[in-house]
Amino acid sequence: MTLSAANEARAAEIISMFPRPRSALIPLLHLAQAQDGYLTDEAMRRIGELVGATPAEVKGTAGFYEMFRFEPLGTYLVNVCTNISCFLWGGEELLEHACESLGVEVGGTTDDRMFTVEEAECIAACTEAPCLQVNYRYRGRMTPDDFDRLIEDLRDGRVDVAGHGVLAQVSQMIPADRLAGVVPPERAREAPVWLGRNEAGVTG
Amino acid sequence: MGTASAAGGQAAPLPGRSPADGYLEHAAGYVLNDGPKLITSRLVHDDSFTLARYEATGGYDGLRAALETTPAAVHDEVRAATLLGRGGAGFPAGVKWGFLPPGKHPYYLVVNGDESEPGTYKDRLLMERDPHQLIEGCLIACYALGLQQCFLYVRGEMALAQERIAAALNEAYAAGYVGRGICGSDFSVDIVMAWGAGAYIVGEETGLIESLEGRRGMPRLKPPYFPAAVGLYGQPTIVNNVETLSNLPWLMVNGSDAYKGFGSESSPGTRMFAVSGHLRRPGVYEVEHGVTTFRELLYGDNFCRGIRDGHELKMFIPGGGSAPWFFEDHLDLPLEARPVGAAGSMLGSGAIVVMDDTTDAVRAAWRVVKFFARESCGKCTPCREGTTWLEQILRRILDGDGRPSDIDLLLDVGDNISPGPYPVAAHDGQEAVPFPPRQTTICPLGPSAVAPVVSTIRRFRHEYEAKITRRDPIPIEVVPVGASQ
Repeated sequence: MTLSAANEARAAEIISMFPRPRSALIPLLHLAQAQDGYLTDEAMRRIGELVGATPAEVKGTAGFYEMFRFEPLGTYLVNVCTNISCFLWGGEELLEHACESLGVEVGGTTDDRMFTVEEAECIAACTEAPCLQVNYRYRGRMTPDDFDRLIEDLRDGRVDVAGHGVLAQVSQMIPADRLAGVVPPERAREAPVWLGRNEAGVTG
Repeated sequence: MGTASAAGGQAAPLPGRSPADGYLEHAAGYVLNDGPKLITSRLVHDDSFTLARYEATGGYDGLRAALETTPAAVHDEVRAATLLGRGGAGFPAGVKWGFLPPGKHPYYLVVNGDESEPGTYKDRLLMERDPHQLIEGCLIACYALGLQQCFLYVRGEMALAQERIAAALNEAYAAGYVGRGICGSDFSVDIVMAWGAGAYIVGEETGLIESLEGRRGMPRLKPPYFPAAVGLYGQPTIVNNVETLSNLPWLMVNGSDAYKGFGSESSPGTRMFAVSGHLRRPGVYEVEHGVTTFRELLYGDNFCRGIRDGHELKMFIPGGGSAPWFFEDHLDLPLEARPVGAAGSMLGSGAIVVMDDTTDAVRAAWRVVKFFARESCGKCTPCREGTTWLEQILRRILDGDGRPSDIDLLLDVGDNISPGPYPVAAHDGQEAVPFPPRQTTICPLGPSAVAPVVSTIRRFRHEYEAKITRRDPIPIEVVPVGASQ
């Protein structure tokens, strides 16, 4: 679907924080993915209008980045790391166990649409090997038993993880009276005032 | 999926951990040990990411100190401290700052928080656990150089870091530390968080700028070599790493002389190292730069306490997935860029991965190469094709389909990405080839994929040979041109 009214308003706020609208493209794609769990054609078309890009440019950019999806995934995307540090402590076996216990291939989604399992490259928790992320939230030092418990907890709603697409639960907001002023580069050619300060603290 | 248990030893249970070992429950992986804490001093507090805790522990004093002096004096202080960039290249920040062409305003600051190098995770800890320290560092840089807006680019997969930075920015704006008229002065700058969506190559500074402009994160052609000349929107842009900027508040409060009281003369201060793999006490440590040796870090009681029980060191990666590998012979090198470079590798991003005698060298190399093959952006042919070739050749060797010519083929493919002698550690009477590698590509991603291949072939050629059982040539059926099928 296209962007909701609330997300249209949020999109305008995000765009206003960047000197050029196109810089808001990736944050806006995340906004759409948080809304729908993946990127719909309608949302991408709308985002293109908002940032001044063609639908092809939007999809062509989104397709470069692994996190953006064009098809729905399971509610929980489970990314199991198998890169070097996790490999050394059983990351490959953890991925194998994850697939077996959920009855899917790598990249597959369970029939109930709850879980998608993928093989991740280094997610920056290397001393916590083997590690994984559920919708980009960390779980470290996972044994196969830990994994099964985590899945049960997620199924039964005992752990709270937002659906796929939702990242930070806090958004940056700049109050109008605190904004220094975001303008395109061609309207900021003057040296900023403080740069001319001399030893006496006087701007000159 | 490949065959299981090939790394060896990983069926062994994970070693236990206790707070007595210095691990903190609220900051997984960080080890609180003895030693100077310039940038991790707050991590001991479980609320270290809040403004209240930050202010109660000297927060924003560095900004106030900077505002009391001139921008030029702040720049001089950073130059005098020889603060080396912590992202990988190790270039002095004060010198990089000096590349801004005078008068070509606006200038921008882009913070590289796209930490994705295999084995690395210090920036994530700093962003999650001490976001105000980073914000204060950004402010000091903006003040010193007259940067008009700051973009704090966080890796896409780091949801908690994004949350903490957004919350910290909201607090800092409300408290008057960021935005218009900072601390009641004439200094005004906006800091805006941006975030990625899963692409290692965006960690390359021109790729990061492309991504910030709303495009595919492919590195730009060089020259110009430095975004300080032509960067975001074609304007002069400083791109600094999270850890580099996180040093600035301490530096402003305590001064460059105090800063140089830690570490070595050419590498002052401290540095964060993520040390992972087959160790008794793996962790992220703040370490005195330049004076500590690999041996001390890997075996010292104050650090990792040696290889896990019953095993010996086989090899280690000294500076993230892109670095050529080191062996026992290199343990006495100091954690300092120049000697490590001369010995054939790099300190890179401060990630050390330690592998014991159960590790299959070919499979470990394949794991790292597979990463680069997946992450190649596809702009340069030698990298796009070459990394995939390397991965597939290694894969067939592991699958038992390797050919005797494959070892030479791997080296030949590597030579097409990085021509000439590739950096390697000294071994068997042969001298080391110093870092960095040459490249036929725009950025160093392609040459990075060659590192594990050359390192392991040089040292563990017999392991490759043992896996190659097929005989050349592979018999193929030749069908004459024009013959009917």
